[in-house]
Amino acid sequence: MAVIETKDLSYTYPGASRPSISGVSITVEKGEFVLITGPSGCGKTTLCRCFNGLIPHFYQGELQGEITVANMDVTKHQTHEMAKHVGLVFQNPENQLFALSIEKDVAFGLENLGLGREEMRKRVDWALNLTDIYNLRERSPHEVSGGQQQRVAIASVLAMQPEIIVLDEPTSFLDPISAEKIFDVIYELNKRLGVTVVLVEHRLDLTAKYAGHIVIMDEGKVCFDGDPRKILGAEETRLIGVGIPKATLLYQLLKKEGVNLSSITPLSSRELAEYLEGVLQTHDRS
Amino acid sequence: MIEVEDVHFFYSNQVEALKGVSLTIKNGEFLAIMGQNGAGKTTLIKHFNGLLKPSQGKVRIDGVDTRKTSIATLARNVGFVFQNPDHQLFCETVEEEISFALKNFGFEAGAIEKRTDWALNLLGLTQYRKTSPFLLSGGERKRVALASVLAWDPEALILDEPTIGQDYRQKEKLRQFIVQMQSQGKTVVIVTHDVEFVAECNPRVLLMKEGRIIADGEGKDILTDPEALANSSIVLPQVAQIFTYLSSLGFPKNIIDVYEAKAIILKALEEGRE
Amino acid sequence: MSVFDGLKFRRVSSPIHNLDPRIKFVYVIVIFIAAILFGEILPLIALFLLQIPFVLLARVQRQWLRSLRGATFLAMFIFIVNIATKFFTAGYILSATDIEFSAAMTLRFVVLVESFSVFFLTTSPDHLGLALEQTHVPYEFSFAFTTAVRFVPVLAEEAQTIMDAQKARGLELEKGNFLKRIRNYVPVLIPLIVSAIRRSLELAEAMESRAWGATKKRTNLYALKLHRGDLALLALTVCILVSSIYVRFYFVVPTLVQLF
Repeated sequence: MAVIETKDLSYTYPGASRPSISGVSITVEKGEFVLITGPSGCGKTTLCRCFNGLIPHFYQGELQGEITVANMDVTKHQTHEMAKHVGLVFQNPENQLFALSIEKDVAFGLENLGLGREEMRKRVDWALNLTDIYNLRERSPHEVSGGQQQRVAIASVLAMQPEIIVLDEPTSFLDPISAEKIFDVIYELNKRLGVTVVLVEHRLDLTAKYAGHIVIMDEGKVCFDGDPRKILGAEETRLIGVGIPKATLLYQLLKKEGVNLSSITPLSSRELAEYLEGVLQTHDRS
Repeated sequence: MIEVEDVHFFYSNQVEALKGVSLTIKNGEFLAIMGQNGAGKTTLIKHFNGLLKPSQGKVRIDGVDTRKTSIATLARNVGFVFQNPDHQLFCETVEEEISFALKNFGFEAGAIEKRTDWALNLLGLTQYRKTSPFLLSGGERKRVALASVLAWDPEALILDEPTIGQDYRQKEKLRQFIVQMQSQGKTVVIVTHDVEFVAECNPRVLLMKEGRIIADGEGKDILTDPEALANSSIVLPQVAQIFTYLSSLGFPKNIIDVYEAKAIILKALEEGRE
Repeated sequence: MSVFDGLKFRRVSSPIHNLDPRIKFVYVIVIFIAAILFGEILPLIALFLLQIPFVLLARVQRQWLRSLRGATFLAMFIFIVNIATKFFTAGYILSATDIEFSAAMTLRFVVLVESFSVFFLTTSPDHLGLALEQTHVPYEFSFAFTTAVRFVPVLAEEAQTIMDAQKARGLELEKGNFLKRIRNYVPVLIPLIVSAIRRSLELAEAMESRAWGATKKRTNLYALKLHRGDLALLALTVCILVSSIYVRFYFVVPTLVQLF
């Protein structure tokens, strides 16, 4: 069942001379982990904003084509309605947190929805535990690290219990270890809770292995859409300027030299190492 | 060119951010400073142009003690590009932005024009000469900030987290740009978390933790040293990760370059066939 | 700025910190009214001494004394102006009553500043924000307040970073005459303002994405409840108000001069 479906979607920001996205037609199934990537300016951020209604309601501008998210026509539902079904986590951790204590921030969306105090308390505690920040709940957002702030942002979106969570480059400002932790949290949400995840990222080395579906964009259009292994293994992808995982690159380089390790493209160092081990050990006679 | 002698630095809230750091950076070197947030990396580089002065110890730039000189004088030789270009941009046109520092340093009108042209050209910004910097994209604004520092041609360039928010192509261009700067004899220091970027550049790497330098050496050795990694928030570069899983097969542990990896594997396969 | 030190919140746990901010605010207003009601020094001394147990209970003595120090300059100024006015209008003579009167005016100013100081020292911004929300102030205002407080340290850090960035481009903030020095701050103010605008845009996006405006009846995770301590303070406040009014209208307050 498709939770996100776009048909020929195009959008031009007010006052812009060209559309930021054009002719985008993609489908996201329930429970999928989708990775959207592409060079800077390719339109991935714009596309994210379409999923929860910020486009067209907040940004105005010209939206053409069809877009249905969680069975709702986005153009016909206000952002606050969409918020119950689609959560959006942004790039900058600091600018998503407004309250003076973390648990009040996590409750923000629920307070906006007018939930009763008991229900709010339950959901806030649940979200804090899922993102492993329960012990930080009384601290101020300014006191905690960037990685912890992003977890607060995820928790505050999670508390509204949406079917879909969209994350727009959530680890841009984080160090590699914090980034990995965030991706683990997101992956857990997808696996255990069945939340559909749409992740916009450049760091394919850390994220490609989680995704079952990849969309690569360039200059506002979708260039590739489908199985990550097939797409990232293809030569054309590298030429767009997407930073494919090094393991995949090495696999491709070896293939060009006639070394065919496997028909399945590796997306992580571990997978490639397993292939290499297999091949080298059969040759290793000493 | 940059000498740091047993520097201790205390912030106004009594926190000791640097606990006895000593370091020498020679002319023309390329150095990457890495480590966890709060390890003292940014504190250290702010001593290079006098933004911060040591509480104890000395910092000398080209032999001049930073405590005895003004920031403006030091900045003339040590160009600092901050992480967020929006913290610098304020002029009505890109041209004015680039010539701002030149005016501050007292260059004369003819020189200002020439250098502005040169900087615009170097970073591919000539067509944006009369554009407002606020109308440019994130990547373009970063280039404007860089151009405005290069314009006065400092001997040393310090880049604080230059790869944040950049896509693969932009990072490649940055890497090539640094190589170009080095070929011109400039000293380049970057502070970064980006292990893959450092792996591709393979510079001298300095690891910091809690105000101290805990490792100093060639990129490929530092980035693959398990002890160093355990002590800071960096991860193994992907290529090295592959070889870690294959450690039982006797491969060298300090491979960080993809092409080197390819060569080694091909050789191993050849040898295996014999 | 030691006066401002006296207004900054301190995160300490004390019975005073835990009191309901609304009651504390009412108390401060009543002290304000009482201080205005009396121009005589004796009641003003009493009001001043009344603050001290609160300060000690809240363990904010050091900050409170610092704000006292900060207020000294203005206090001296008020004293001198009063003395001078009395001196000149009474034909170049100064009586003991005049001095007492000037001291009283000065003390009135000090009492006003100090009672507000105790309030702000013992009330956290979130507590304040919560109080605003619960007194049916429209949510937009209390939200604006708490968000502003939340971002003050962020903006302060950013201002420092911007100054560093511009100094690194040769900007010398302290150079030149008065006018030039003001112009020097343009490269600091513009990025700060632009950044604040960008930040507001991002915040607005985040707010919208978290269902801002979904219902008019917004609920609250926390609720301020009145406890025994609050009721005690309320009782004390009422007593002070009533007795102040009573004394004012039915008694003549003696001056120190008259007593001795």
